[in-house]
Amino acid sequence: MTPTQRDIDLEMAAHRAAYERGRASGGPAVDHPPRDYPPYRSSALRHPTRPLVAVAGDPEAVELHGPVFGHTDVSPLDADLTGQHGGEPQGARITVTGRLLDRAGRPVAGQLVEIWQANAAGRYAHRLDRHPAPLDPHFTGAGRALTGPDGSYHFTTVQPGAYPWRNHDNAWRPAHIHFSVFGTAFTQRLVTQMYFPGDPLLAHDPVLRSVVDDDARRRLVATYDHALSRPEWSLGYRWDIVLDGPRATWAEEGR
Amino acid sequence: MTGGSAALPPTPSQTIGPFFGHALPFAGGGDLAPAAHPGAVTVHGRVHDGAGAPVPDAIVELWQNGPEGRPPRAPGSLARRDGDLAQEFTGFGRVATDAEGRWSARTLRPGARAGRAPQVSVCVFARGLLHHLFTRLYFPDDPAALAADPLLASLDPARRATLVATAEPLGPAPRYRFDIHLQGEKETVFLDFRDFRDFRDFR
Ligand SMILES: [Fe+2]
Repeated sequence: MTPTQRDIDLEMAAHRAAYERGRASGGPAVDHPPRDYPPYRSSALRHPTRPLVAVAGDPEAVELHGPVFGHTDVSPLDADLTGQHGGEPQGARITVTGRLLDRAGRPVAGQLVEIWQANAAGRYAHRLDRHPAPLDPHFTGAGRALTGPDGSYHFTTVQPGAYPWRNHDNAWRPAHIHFSVFGTAFTQRLVTQMYFPGDPLLAHDPVLRSVVDDDARRRLVATYDHALSRPEWSLGYRWDIVLDGPRATWAEEGR
Repeated sequence: MTGGSAALPPTPSQTIGPFFGHALPFAGGGDLAPAAHPGAVTVHGRVHDGAGAPVPDAIVELWQNGPEGRPPRAPGSLARRDGDLAQEFTGFGRVATDAEGRWSARTLRPGARAGRAPQVSVCVFARGLLHHLFTRLYFPDDPAALAADPLLASLDPARRATLVATAEPLGPAPRYRFDIHLQGEKETVFLDFRDFRDFRDFR
């Protein structure tokens, strides 16, 4: 039997309640999703069952550095997803901007941010996406940027559509933009998804809700910022990204 | 885990999903070294799930020291030109798995400092994987260095074997096979770096 949305909602509520009980009895806050989250069916066979092996106090130098990207890698044009195909794509034009920070709040400058997303109709320009929504000849949905000296990044794109998937019966992903981010250390690597405020599908999505901590989950939702909207042109969203990683990458000097 | 009081809470991870193919792979992503480089070696393998099935929608990222044993500082991974021997070694590669879960990259053997075995840092992403996984690919050629390596020495032999690539004596250029098992009997050793603090040697 294919589970219904209600079945999945109940499973997700049970995971959240178990986490909240743990917190109430002194358990730690957990920021990242567990790799085993049964409501997201695809995680079942793709998560390790043995504990990760801690590399404590003895890293390789290479793990505390990361690949270097520069202006040979990324052109400023790569950050405008509406300008890549000789015509305006369908949909509402938006800008997404924010800062890339480490856990000490310091800007992470000169690092690579990559995004990808569905078009306004909820269709990816990917050969395996079979959703019967139209492709847009003026939109591929992939962009790149380097963070500035203050850690800031800026993209111009269109509001992505929600799209169906096969996790359960009548399953829909909320609108989201995928992000891939590098820090100064390879071990700060982050791939995540940014969501939009007020989307009713946020309550029903097992990918988002795999982040069981309410505060952590809220950090995946961008803020609509009217000051970033441009008259007669685009709506503005703000989303800051904080890289996790080894304590060595964010601890204060001398500690 | 939440850290000290001064720490900002981190942005949570989310899966890479199935539809990254038009965005993340780049031309030359697996060509860390040009084919004509005299030191070029191939590293390759398959990604398997817990049922032993191939994972056709994974990304494998590689990051490693240069042959002289230091992390490369050259940009240009995304702008590699096929066959250009003058390009600097960037140490970074990214390859997607194919329909059979296979990935392959051509690189240079990394150098290592004394007491460490040469290794490539590997990061795996896939649909179904909510948070990426780190591991290390060790080269098998120097048994003494492998025996002395602190991480390998801390593992029991069966688990240690999941981190050591197999040399394949086929063809003119050296090839090493490194399969990644996300789950199951042959599950690869995956690493957690969050606690390392003693970093002053590396600054
Ligand atoms: Fe998506």
